[in-house]
Amino acid sequence: MKKQNNLKTLLVTLVTIAVFAVLSVGAEAVAGNVDGMSMLVPVLKKTAVYSLIAVSMNLLNGFTGLFSLGHAGFMLVGAYTYAILSIPVAKRAGVYQYYDGGVVQFSIPETFGNLMGESVGTVIGMLLTLVISGLIAAFLAWLIGLPVLRLKSDYLAIATLGFAEIIRTFIQYEGFAPLTNGSNTLRQYASFKSLYAYVIVAGLCIAVIVLIVNSTYGRAFKAIRDDEIAAEAMGINLAKHKMMSFIISSFFAGFGGGLMAMYMASVQAKSFTVSMTYEILLIVVIGGIGSITGSIIGTFLFVGCSEWWLRFLDESANNIGGLKLLAPGFRMVVFSIFVMIIVLFFRRGIMGTHELPDVFRFLRKKIKGKGAAK
Amino acid sequence: MLKIDELRVSYGGIEAVKGITMEVPEGKIVTLIGANGAGKSTTLRTIAGLVKPAHGRIHLQAEDITALNPDRIVSKGITLVPEGRRVFPDLTVLENLKVGAYLRNDSIEDDLKWVYELFPRLKERSWQPAGTLSGGEQQMLAVGRALMSRPKIMMMDEPSLGLAPIVVQGIFDIIREINRQGVTILLIEQNANMALKIADLAYVMETGKITRSGTGQELLNDESIKEAYLGKKRK
Repeated sequence: MKKQNNLKTLLVTLVTIAVFAVLSVGAEAVAGNVDGMSMLVPVLKKTAVYSLIAVSMNLLNGFTGLFSLGHAGFMLVGAYTYAILSIPVAKRAGVYQYYDGGVVQFSIPETFGNLMGESVGTVIGMLLTLVISGLIAAFLAWLIGLPVLRLKSDYLAIATLGFAEIIRTFIQYEGFAPLTNGSNTLRQYASFKSLYAYVIVAGLCIAVIVLIVNSTYGRAFKAIRDDEIAAEAMGINLAKHKMMSFIISSFFAGFGGGLMAMYMASVQAKSFTVSMTYEILLIVVIGGIGSITGSIIGTFLFVGCSEWWLRFLDESANNIGGLKLLAPGFRMVVFSIFVMIIVLFFRRGIMGTHELPDVFRFLRKKIKGKGAAK
Repeated sequence: MLKIDELRVSYGGIEAVKGITMEVPEGKIVTLIGANGAGKSTTLRTIAGLVKPAHGRIHLQAEDITALNPDRIVSKGITLVPEGRRVFPDLTVLENLKVGAYLRNDSIEDDLKWVYELFPRLKERSWQPAGTLSGGEQQMLAVGRALMSRPKIMMMDEPSLGLAPIVVQGIFDIIREINRQGVTILLIEQNANMALKIADLAYVMETGKITRSGTGQELLNDESIKEAYLGKKRK
């Protein structure tokens, strides 16, 4: 019975990904042909990337109950790993102009491109590089998890926050510059061009997280979140499972960081600040701590509001009747008010701990119930 | 079956258990009674591996299980039903039961059936989050969850805590039934009257030491025990 359920979840998830991929092709066509929709594709790209990162944070903060604020650090590691490993060799001299082309003199997507043909090989190389980005982030998570995961709640948050800052400083350090390009940007690396590629890759990663959450491990994570002592008394090894959750979450944060590097087209360590972690935390809280679909919906709303729908509030030309209200930055005021309203009226985020399919099931039951009453 | 020798446990500089020796024979109900702060819970938590002892040994059959990790101890067949029930509130009843069977790799269907037979109420509520259950139902769930690990010994920490007398009676009937089906029980209780009535063997604990022991009936009839724990006034 359980196996069947998992299979069903997997099937539903795959179909959803396929539907979204088709929709994204449609969205690209719309954006190209309809006026005022030029922001649609960038917003959806960023939504895909941020969704993955938000879900990975939710796995740790929402499903395992470990309040970590180191996400920007792992994303940074992922983004840099991806960028460093996939800048084409010919372009390295230009990117690392102050460091004689840097120390890394190969490009994984390029190598695979030469080996297996331009189009297929490059994509495989890019995916492989993304996985490597995730693995390096996961390795770092294991390293700092050993001492840090003994800490509880606020202390864990502070320790992981500190880690993220340290990573950022390290990457900007002159001594590592031949590898990381110091405080200069990395650019011209291979990246996905079409929206559907982002949707499919991020979607598959989220599907993996869904499967983990629904597995026995996921149940153990939730048990730890609900009551550590009871979980321990039931024979769940706390240290092992916390570490597992931390590593998996960081893997996908690193992977997502790589995708984000692609989306941003150039990366610089100084943009991966604490406020990036807070953005993602905000998404997770708005969407619902412990809800994967909630995180995705939250991401869409967050990205849409901050990049697109509220942009008109920043134009001073849009002021009506001599008011001086609208000015650059005003959209953040309105946005913050929205956030407050959501938090006040939906105490547990938009979705709470529910998933979208649960809501559909509930509505269907309700409609059926009404029908029977008639 | 379970043997405890000269066990000492300290909490932050205070010795909560001061060298106790006791035995839990196979197939029996053993109870440990005593006032608040006597060290009963600490004793159970130490056996379960949640707290490490400062001194002393714990043996299960011939095997030394002192200071093993909690997961190893659960897999050896000792499960704790923690004080205050401590079900996982956001997980459903069924998920709670599955977490109880976490360390098992074999099929749990039969045990799930068994638990549902013992507690039909849990079956009715299997899709409900455990946090929405009543106190009595949560206690049933806590017991059911512990049974899902197929324990040889089930340790229960104050199962009557905060429950109405009629519910307590139900829980104790179930404890007896579980024991009849072959699970050894180590029970700690402040409700000494109830505990002694069902116990084959009883220990009395005071400020970290065992001061009396005997069969449940013996202690139930003992004047000094009556006075101290059963609320009977001196004439």
